[in-house]
Amino acid sequence: MKSIKNHLSLVIALVSILFSIQILVIAERSIDTYKEKLANDYSIIVVSQKNLDASNLMQENAIIGKITSLSPDDVIKRLNTGMSKKNIELLKLTLPKFYNIKLKYYPSSSEIKMLTRKLLRKSSISKIENFSHSHDSTYKLLLLFKKVITIFSVSMLVVTMLLIFKELKIWQFKHNERMNIMGLFGAPLWMRSAILFRLSIVDAIIASFVSFILFTYIASDSWVNEQFEYIGIQVKIFDPLSDLLLLTTVSIIVSIVLALFIILGHKEEV
Amino acid sequence: MDKVIIADNLSLAYSDDETIINKVKFSIDSGSFVFITGASGSGKSTLLKSLYGALNPQEGSLVVGGVELRGVSNSKLNFLRKHIGIVFQDYKLVKEWTIEKNIMLPLLINGYEKGVTNNQVDSLLKHVRLKHQAGKYPQELSGGEQQRVAMARALSHNPILILADEPTGNLDDYSAELIWNLLVGANEQLKTTVMVVTHHIPENIKVDYKHYHIEFGRINEVN
Repeated sequence: MKSIKNHLSLVIALVSILFSIQILVIAERSIDTYKEKLANDYSIIVVSQKNLDASNLMQENAIIGKITSLSPDDVIKRLNTGMSKKNIELLKLTLPKFYNIKLKYYPSSSEIKMLTRKLLRKSSISKIENFSHSHDSTYKLLLLFKKVITIFSVSMLVVTMLLIFKELKIWQFKHNERMNIMGLFGAPLWMRSAILFRLSIVDAIIASFVSFILFTYIASDSWVNEQFEYIGIQVKIFDPLSDLLLLTTVSIIVSIVLALFIILGHKEEV
Repeated sequence: MDKVIIADNLSLAYSDDETIINKVKFSIDSGSFVFITGASGSGKSTLLKSLYGALNPQEGSLVVGGVELRGVSNSKLNFLRKHIGIVFQDYKLVKEWTIEKNIMLPLLINGYEKGVTNNQVDSLLKHVRLKHQAGKYPQELSGGEQQRVAMARALSHNPILILADEPTGNLDDYSAELIWNLLVGANEQLKTTVMVVTHHIPENIKVDYKHYHIEFGRINEVN
């Protein structure tokens, strides 16, 4: 019981930090996946008087993922009011060429503007439809979502850090007493600090394990997964390898930094 | 006879304008039993603190166990402390450790083997009549029992010098007698030098001792 109490305050604080970090990771991952989905749905239509050299265009604009030529058949079908086959072929030659440009990723508004400007510099390109208005509102919504999540997580981190600094004084007092007693019997600084570092690392591992259980549960929760399905994306909420590695590393670094604070603040009793 | 403590022109102070011990000169023979008495605030505990290096001499020289304590380095101070045992009036036990682990502390610091450590702790627990309390924490024991633990800890590594600050100050007669017997036993059987700071020397103590009295910053041997 006593030993659990000794660990609890730091473990709770660490779990809170790890929770904020993982929320940020999930938000980042969701936004990236959503951007990918938007990029797949989003395309730019280019009207050109001549055939475009797709590979050349892709070389000049790294953002372009794929260029496909749109068939003019549908337009001709609507115009076809008893035209001869010969006239239809002639019309086909005189009609401008339509291209659908898919991008590698979901671009920012400025990236779209820049791409439009670059394409319009080509003498053969007469018109570009980039659907910038609907793009702008989606992109801004995405940025807003990201900002809200970031503010929430950073606030949580700040509050936790403030609580940790308040607790630090209590930890400092508690460990100072033991370190002083050990010092009175000739324990070198490394030996006096070793217990503190061992406790910190144990607490860091416990906190990582608690976070692992917590996020494994959240990742398997059907309600959470449904929410992502509603917006049409599938997000890995918790990667048991890379995320656990990240959380454990952060946890160990934070607790070692706290232990260092305590050791640096250690004063020999006179 | 070897000297375990040599003070020469020693002055001790907590601040520059208040000297507590003023230019004293004394030496303590190895294997002797010494009482230091004096009124409250006379500087008894201050002198004791300087002997285990918690207070740096303001002036003069203080050599304990061959180590000069004026401007002593941390490594030398640790070396000295490994060879002395200290008993405090407020026990100074680690609250989050069992009494067994508290007694073990100097042995662990001195790098004793596990087997030796366990045997020594076991034997000391029997000596201080706390074998049945080995797994308890200090706050679960009475003041007398806690001081017995502190005494066992001070003796555990067979130190060359035991420094005791009012070791029986707040204790019941039973615990006080046990503490005196342990101190006398260590002195007589192991030839450990014992220096006790106290208000009163127990009348029935069965050991040859030297008595120093501190007054007005000076230390004088009492015949």
